[in-house]
Amino acid sequence: MKTHHDHYDVLVAGGGQAGLIAAIVAAEKGARVCVLEGAPRTHRGGNTRHTRNLRPMHLGPLSVLSGTYDEEEYWEDLLRVTKGKTNEKLARMTLRKSTEAVDWLESRGVQFQPPLGGTLHLGRTNAFFMGGGKQLLNVLYRHAEGLGVEIHYDAMVTGIDIEDGAFKGLNVGEHRVTATAFVAAAGGFEANIEWLKEAWGDVAENFLIRGTPYNRGTLLRMMLDAGVQQIGEPDQCHAVAIDGRAPKFDGGICTRVDCVSLGVVVNENAERFYDEGEDFWPKRYAIWGRLVADQPNQVAHVIIDQKAKGGFMPPVFPAVVADTIPELAEKVGIDPVQLEKTITEYNAAAQPGSFDHTELDGLHTEGLAVNKTNWARTIDQPPYSAYSLRPGITFTYLGVEVSEKAQVQMASGKECPNIFAAGEIMAGNVLGQGYLAGIGMTIGNVFGRIAGSEAADYALNR
Amino acid sequence: MRSTDKTTEAARVMSICNACRYCEGHCAVFQAMELRLEFNADTVDYLSNLCHNCGACYHNCQYAPPHEFALNVPAAMAELRQENYGVYAWPGFMGKLFANNGLWVSALSIVVIAVFFAATAILSGADFFAVHENAFYGVISHNVLAGTFGAVGLFVLIALGASVTKFWKTMRLPGPFVLDYGRVLQGVKDALSLKYLDGGNGQGCSYPDDKPSMARRWFHQMTFWGFMLCFAATSVGTVMHYGFNLPAPYGYVSLPKLFGILGGIGLIVGPIGLLALKAKADPAPKGKSNKGMDVSFLFLLLMTSVTGLALMLVKETAFVGVALSIHLGVVMTLFLSMPYGKFVHGFYRLVALMVFAVEKNDHKAVVGVCEKKKAA
Repeated sequence: MKTHHDHYDVLVAGGGQAGLIAAIVAAEKGARVCVLEGAPRTHRGGNTRHTRNLRPMHLGPLSVLSGTYDEEEYWEDLLRVTKGKTNEKLARMTLRKSTEAVDWLESRGVQFQPPLGGTLHLGRTNAFFMGGGKQLLNVLYRHAEGLGVEIHYDAMVTGIDIEDGAFKGLNVGEHRVTATAFVAAAGGFEANIEWLKEAWGDVAENFLIRGTPYNRGTLLRMMLDAGVQQIGEPDQCHAVAIDGRAPKFDGGICTRVDCVSLGVVVNENAERFYDEGEDFWPKRYAIWGRLVADQPNQVAHVIIDQKAKGGFMPPVFPAVVADTIPELAEKVGIDPVQLEKTITEYNAAAQPGSFDHTELDGLHTEGLAVNKTNWARTIDQPPYSAYSLRPGITFTYLGVEVSEKAQVQMASGKECPNIFAAGEIMAGNVLGQGYLAGIGMTIGNVFGRIAGSEAADYALNR
Repeated sequence: MRSTDKTTEAARVMSICNACRYCEGHCAVFQAMELRLEFNADTVDYLSNLCHNCGACYHNCQYAPPHEFALNVPAAMAELRQENYGVYAWPGFMGKLFANNGLWVSALSIVVIAVFFAATAILSGADFFAVHENAFYGVISHNVLAGTFGAVGLFVLIALGASVTKFWKTMRLPGPFVLDYGRVLQGVKDALSLKYLDGGNGQGCSYPDDKPSMARRWFHQMTFWGFMLCFAATSVGTVMHYGFNLPAPYGYVSLPKLFGILGGIGLIVGPIGLLALKAKADPAPKGKSNKGMDVSFLFLLLMTSVTGLALMLVKETAFVGVALSIHLGVVMTLFLSMPYGKFVHGFYRLVALMVFAVEKNDHKAVVGVCEKKKAA
């Protein structure tokens, strides 16, 4: 890889939504911009490729969004999931600026889709990209190219030169490039198992990475080593329970298994360990990755009977199916005697009542060490199905601290004059823990626009 | 029910898509898919004929190759369509012609044009290169022409009718005399307007590259309506000849001529546009096995209009015999290949879209649902 010039006004590391938006904004302001994308062209765009929507604040209907989603409601939602692990000033600014996100993207050609089928219940809060995040990427790459932004693929940054809090230049292998301003938008480190092990221990070996295999946190690590202030904890990430047969990397959305609430979940010892009926998706969705990570060998199995079939989003891999519980246990590879005992006890503890999957129906078990508090139908109608589960890591929260101008902060307390950050690499400033559907793309969108604008202003001396 | 490499691949792809569903806004394929959990041969035949090969879902796919899931919905559907055109063909053994369709259509055109040259030369004798007072009927009499094409046309009608009937039954539509046409009207509208070449948002399909474009939809409309106008020209001419004793040639301000000229222009611009787009397009989502079938059909349509207009221009010159032989040869090839070439796609797509209108309205799968489950 060799860039066309040795020096740029603005250099952007990372070609996901945040990096591309920063590049586009800077180019629209007249800066000479170069984007270094670590992945090959086919895998370009980081985790944006796996996304589907963002979550804009809006007063009244906005594009494909219905109703109103105001700052207070949004802030309450964010506060609830993060349990306070957020920077209120930055967060509220993000929410306010999220309103312009849809219009900004639409005016550059990105298409949204009206709510349909599986997205209907999110029609007020989440704006869905037609065809998914890759459509957004294709449009933004095309738009950036049209503006004259220079884009390089397979261009993973291998060295960065920060002197006294100021960016001087960087290396992509042997090639050195300098720039007046730098935008760090190279994602998190979920694909770096060694780094995950530092926080999680050896169990991280058994994690599946749903996100892009190119988010190895190389730039993030180099920046932290150069004295940039860290934000967030290394074990905080978007971790969901996904199909154990999913690819090691890059499995994306389709690897989810969404029938936990309709059955029981057992570990390798064929024992239940958590209330499967605690809450709805997406809260349920967001906690089960951690729950499975705490089980022996980071494996669990969700078991349903014929009644549940068709009542949930179809998983990507077929279920293991058997006519009896012991036979199912044999096929899955867990102790048949213990599983039969677990299911029998569960069935005996299930209380009468009526089942309604659309609400917390209170159909529960009584007297078990781990009770199921909703949707607790008996599991007694063959054939029985099982799906194996493993923790699936989508993205990480540990990042670099930024200001309202997306300016990177040094651990010494100093502000970097010409280093800006956007996207997953700084999402932890707003989202320290938990998850809210569409919040990652919202942060990337808002900070991408700020970083691009500030970087261009700095570089062009405005 | 059959199980082949093509049906298996389509079912594999749909199982992954059904767990993702990001593309549900693009077209009917994904909306019909979401009504199902399993994908048997009938179902994938249905879904493949709903697919317009617009390419949007390929370019926007997070699992497209080189991802290990290697999803390529439009290619899987295109290759499966080529297979199931053969499965539904009548008589059954003729379905084999879909395998190397481009080759046999090309070979047929050579044979047929040669036969027309020979026949015309023998019939007209020394007058092959001569100016004829009554234009081309001087070369071949109207009755011979009408008789030959009438007989072939009848066979084509029977073969197409039988093929479409077989597909219609698999699609579980009620018979044409008991069908509630109000319920399937949306499907007819979607077929005629090429709704699903709009990418889902009215911005056009991802063709020839990932940038949305209406070009394909426009060129296809020109081709379709061009063909229909040419067909109308012939039909009107036949009625005028036999019904009103008004034989050709007709003046420029007559229905056959107006229809023919307008249609002919559409049938030149349309196929040229489609061929040009096809040449430029990313080959990946087009399917590997079906290019010959697609190209030979477009080329035949183009040649029909080019030779037809050429014949009109040279009919009062000594080249009328040559032009007529070529034109009739091309048209005859088009006729003969209709039940066994790309021409059938319109009928199957129309039927599939009609079923989709019913499924969408009832929010319930119709095609491929196993009988046992239906009873339960």
